[in-house]
Amino acid sequence: MLTINEINVFYGNIQALKGVSLEVNEGEIVTLIGANGAGKSTLLKTVSGLLKPKQGTIEFQGKTIAGKAAQTIVKAGISHVPEGRRVFSNMSVEENLDLGAYLRKDHKAVAEDKERIFKIFPILLERRKQLSGTLSGGEQQMLAMGRAIMARPKLLLLDEPSMGLAPLMVKTIFHTIEEIRKEGTTILLVEQNAHMALSIADRAYVIETGHVVLSGLAKDLQEAEQVKAAYLGGL
Amino acid sequence: MKKSKIFWIYIAVALVVYAIVELLIVNGQLDMYYSNLFITIAINIILAVSLHLVIGITGQFSIGHAGFLAVGAYISAIFTTNLGFPFPVALIIGAIVAAVAGLIVGIPTLRLKGDYLAIATLGFAEIIRIIFLNIDYVGGAAGMQVDYLTTWTYAFFGVLITIIVIANFTNSRHGRACIAVREDEIAADAMGINTTYYKVLAFAIGSFFAGLAGGLFAHNFFIIQPSQFGFLKSFDILIYVVLGGLGSLSGAVIAAILLTVISLYLQDFPETRMIIYSLVLIIVMLYRPSGLMGTKEITDFFKFNKKAKGGKVNE
Ligand SMILES: Nc1ncnc2c1ncn2[C@@H]1O[C@H](COP(=O)(O)OP(=O)(O)OP(=O)(O)O)[C@@H](O)[C@H]1O
Ligand SMILES: [Mg+2]
Repeated sequence: MLTINEINVFYGNIQALKGVSLEVNEGEIVTLIGANGAGKSTLLKTVSGLLKPKQGTIEFQGKTIAGKAAQTIVKAGISHVPEGRRVFSNMSVEENLDLGAYLRKDHKAVAEDKERIFKIFPILLERRKQLSGTLSGGEQQMLAMGRAIMARPKLLLLDEPSMGLAPLMVKTIFHTIEEIRKEGTTILLVEQNAHMALSIADRAYVIETGHVVLSGLAKDLQEAEQVKAAYLGGL
Repeated sequence: MKKSKIFWIYIAVALVVYAIVELLIVNGQLDMYYSNLFITIAINIILAVSLHLVIGITGQFSIGHAGFLAVGAYISAIFTTNLGFPFPVALIIGAIVAAVAGLIVGIPTLRLKGDYLAIATLGFAEIIRIIFLNIDYVGGAAGMQVDYLTTWTYAFFGVLITIIVIANFTNSRHGRACIAVREDEIAADAMGINTTYYKVLAFAIGSFFAGLAGGLFAHNFFIIQPSQFGFLKSFDILIYVVLGGLGSLSGAVIAAILLTVISLYLQDFPETRMIIYSLVLIIVMLYRPSGLMGTKEITDFFKFNKKAKGGKVNE
């Protein structure tokens, strides 16, 4: 579904991704783990069109998307939940969701999708008129995910959805990610919480200073010494 | 109540206000001094509301609004006084040229994220002023003779059109996109909003109406001079928007009215005027950091259901 081939991405002179290749198949949850500054967010931003790769190709469902404008990529079916949630604070929960469907013209289906999101995240229904800046961190994360789903993506890019959340909330979020996949959305998940991420993912990539250093089935990586030592905290 | 009905009620109220003032002027109860005050208020409301769209709604910090005012003023004056065009046509031409100037400044700078617009608009306003200062065709520093054509009727309908266009824009899908840009440009990008397009669009609309205000301003006295369009003028307009509350159209209107009246009474003491202005700003920032109205609209106080803030987004 998504094929990234040898991309190089720069911030000015700093090279953040060095010849990264990665593949996501339809229906999968693929996770990308790595230390701070490894280039995980950079990769997601490049896929969603917020950054442009200097070299390399990105194909989504057979079409080239590298270097295309963000709105073209959203239209093609990729939604990005950026790091740090980034909800529109001075807008209500509902208006945030409406903006998620900004490019859609099928108003009836949009309304249905909103109801669906309220089912997945009942708290958002309760808070639908509340200003989203006043939601708790976990609620904002749910809103950011709900807002991205409003675009009806085929592929959802999640950047550290568990950041700063209490363990119970982390569990809820991961459970929801599995639910979203069950409903037919493919997921590329960036996480610091490697343990949780590997437990729900099918496949995983480990990225270090802009290079993919390891990849494979999630359950194999859970056992790999290198991963255990560096990301699972311990043996 | 239905939205369209409320809209027509506002229009009706506005027309009644217009008619009363017009009657008082025609019957001579309001002398030149006061009719001039009303016209000045109207011009300043147009300036405030147009800058409100750029700063309050779209979140783009422009500090050279007087540059567009100057473009509208000089262009419309050339068309009426030198070329003999009818006043309304000249007003529209002035506004269009100001909008084009807005595009020229906006397109290169608004493509970038960050506050490049502030610097660019500041520079633009100075350049415009210096250009007019050095063109003999428009009188240079001595100024340009302009026919006295602005009436309360032109000024009032200028305000009405400005408010209707900008309020409708704000409440449309486009306005919602602009507010999203203000709130978080990266997230707006990720939603598929063409952020550059909306920043440039809002800026061009804002420049257009600043140009319209310029046309009314130029024909409200017998002469215009480049010195009237300096940084202090831009600063005045900026204050209307900040004092009114970033994101509140009615706040911008109220602030424009208040400050116009205050500065009229202080016009013989220009230094005192700046001191009082600064004091008012400091006090507002201390006690109401988000401006007189915050992001609320005056209509919010008459409603029981709470709506979104900052150029309310209607369902
Ligand atoms: N806007 C930027 N300008 C310059 N350098 C940047 C920028 N954004 C990221 N970088 C650099 O690129 C590298 C990769 O950053 P990135 O945000 O992709 O890391 P990450 O893997 O997401 O880290 P984290 O887990 O901390 O979020 C880092 O060295 C970072 O300093
Ligand atoms: Mg990151």
